[in-house]
Amino acid sequence: MGPYARSHEEVLALKKSSMTVRERPGAAYRPTPPPAWKPRTDPAPLLPDPEPYRVLGTDAAAGADPELLLRLYAELVRGRRYNAQATALTKQGRLAVYPSSTGQEACEVAAALALEQRDWLFPSYRDTLAAVARGLDPVQALTLLRGDWHTGYDPCEHRIAPLSTPLATQLPHAVGLAHAARLKGDDVVALAMVGDGGTSEGDFHEALNFAAVWRAPVVFLVQNNGFAISVPLSKQTAAPSLAHKAVGYGMPGRLVDGNDAAAVHEVLGEAVSRARRGGGPTLVEAVTYRIDAHTNADDATRYRGDSEVEAWREHDPIRLLEAELTGRGLLGEDAVRAAAEAAEAMAARLRERMNAEPALNPMDLFAHVYAEQTGQLREQAAQLRAELEAESAGGAPGAEGDAR
Amino acid sequence: MSTATARQAKPATMAQALQRAMRDAMAEDPAVHVMGEDVGTLGGVFRVTDGLAEEFGEDRCTDTPLAEAGILGTAVGMAMYGLRPVVEMQFDAFAYPAFEQLISHVSRMRNRTRGALPLPITVRVPYGGGIGGVEHHSDSSEAYYIATPGLHVVTPATVEDAYGLLREAIASDDPVVFLEPKRLYWSKADWSPDTPAAVAPIGRAVVRRTGRSATLITYGPSVPVCMEAADAAVSEGWDLEVVDLRSLVPFDDETVCASVRRTGRAVMVHESTGFGGPGGEIAARVTERCFHHLEAPVLRVAGFDIPYPPPMLERHHLPGVDRVLDAVARLQWEAES
Repeated sequence: MGPYARSHEEVLALKKSSMTVRERPGAAYRPTPPPAWKPRTDPAPLLPDPEPYRVLGTDAAAGADPELLLRLYAELVRGRRYNAQATALTKQGRLAVYPSSTGQEACEVAAALALEQRDWLFPSYRDTLAAVARGLDPVQALTLLRGDWHTGYDPCEHRIAPLSTPLATQLPHAVGLAHAARLKGDDVVALAMVGDGGTSEGDFHEALNFAAVWRAPVVFLVQNNGFAISVPLSKQTAAPSLAHKAVGYGMPGRLVDGNDAAAVHEVLGEAVSRARRGGGPTLVEAVTYRIDAHTNADDATRYRGDSEVEAWREHDPIRLLEAELTGRGLLGEDAVRAAAEAAEAMAARLRERMNAEPALNPMDLFAHVYAEQTGQLREQAAQLRAELEAESAGGAPGAEGDAR
Repeated sequence: MSTATARQAKPATMAQALQRAMRDAMAEDPAVHVMGEDVGTLGGVFRVTDGLAEEFGEDRCTDTPLAEAGILGTAVGMAMYGLRPVVEMQFDAFAYPAFEQLISHVSRMRNRTRGALPLPITVRVPYGGGIGGVEHHSDSSEAYYIATPGLHVVTPATVEDAYGLLREAIASDDPVVFLEPKRLYWSKADWSPDTPAAVAPIGRAVVRRTGRSATLITYGPSVPVCMEAADAAVSEGWDLEVVDLRSLVPFDDETVCASVRRTGRAVMVHESTGFGGPGGEIAARVTERCFHHLEAPVLRVAGFDIPYPPPMLERHHLPGVDRVLDAVARLQWEAES
């Protein structure tokens, strides 16, 4: 009996109830005294594999679609270059901060490619690359980190939720959106991204619990990159793996090599299909590594050694895919050059556009707080407007001193 | 006239009016979803959602897992997909786990997305004391909400307003924290649910009683206290005006200041703590705008600056008629004589 199979009595009870869309395995549950008690779901099918699932360099690779592998390769190369360029922009003062996903590109890219256009992506602040791989303009993706506004794009247009800074707080949003879509009869799936540190947050727990109870079509992707800023996973959890946490909620947990783009894409693809079919949520733990520091403002040498980083460089997502493609004769010099050139062109364009000063209107501060401005905000907006007018009439304070 | 006579106003409670507001909103708009702890089969611990699951199904009136952050967090996602969630927080002090969602997401989603993602969410919170509740069941938490830009904060004091303001809250495209004075849930008034009177939009205060001596500025559970105080004050020779704010955000400076300019004296009354409570902000606003009309400083009658007391002592904490009249007596009347 599968984890969601129901007894005849439970099915009858469900039919009698007023439920129309949701089918909840626990709906007919009533407490029974211990002699009659039995587990509500069989935990065995929910358990993750004992080792992270891999495709590249294994027999499973033979079944991988060459076209998909080449697509993943080009996206990884572009993603690596994007991370490098964004980090460089912090040094030039063009970005306030950049939390790099260097080393985690396989997760970022696979998450974006596993979704259909009608699906929704719920990224955290480290996941601008996933948004870019989904098709978002990199300048718009970086708006939050540039600091000219909080969100630089229309989430509804791209079906990408705003980048979430408070950890794991976007996960319940993904659950609610997926639930609402299901209630409306749309076969939309939400994919929500979180890090290993974020799994300690209460919102992670609540989101997974709601998702499982509602059987919401949502996929949770945990990028376990080993550190929450400086704190290693061993100080974060005593769970056998983060994927094991799924079992407690009654959903399957999948453990995957997060640097194996083909494996991440396959596992996420299966989880997305399962959700779309009405099979409910899945928790995916992708084991990866944050090659760069937490952000450009962090010093990773204070909490980890070079040898660890070097070991992970040996297991680099681009190198893994390159080796597979080269070994199968799928990646010629031309393809490598084309991917590198495309990435370089993206970086040059990004650099050029980020070097232009953004046009800011201070009056925007009051424009979107409410649908209609309150009296208080109208008064304060008038005050700022008067200050701006005085400033432009008299010149900026200190302007004379700057005269050369 | 004939139908109105057939469906005459009869005594209804505030809880019934609130239920009716949700029912009518759900009937009119399939996007309206009610969710919370025990709101379905049970009809809510205060029975405010009584019958909604039966009438609209569990998909429209949903018993959620017991997790306030999850309730409000999933409501955010539902609103992102075009629904209009009405969330019930079971008690004032049980709403605190949802604060991060409320403050970090609900209040600022419209702003951070430049208007692309408005969140039409109503968060219903039973609040205030006076029902003999044990610890964590009697908080007046409005100061936390009004200190958060992006939220509307509304509270009814009458049966009629309970219906009208909740309809307005649900219809609003902005998030509304809808504070329900739980001690008034069973207050009654003649009210006809079939001909609900139109209510001013959110953000308009109302003068509940006109008077010339001084203005009592109040809201929610303290409105009946002030009305009673105004009646008692007549024998003392004071003719008190009572302003029911109805909405703390947006704040109706116009109605409040017009009243204070007429009377020249004002007392702010609420259950919430005085230090950091809404009364301080309102007293400042009134003073800034009406300084030359004031005959005395704006005084505050508020809950003490203590954690909410145990039920056997709460009567000493809650602003009552005597404490209001004591404040009125301190409004420097001797200056006039």
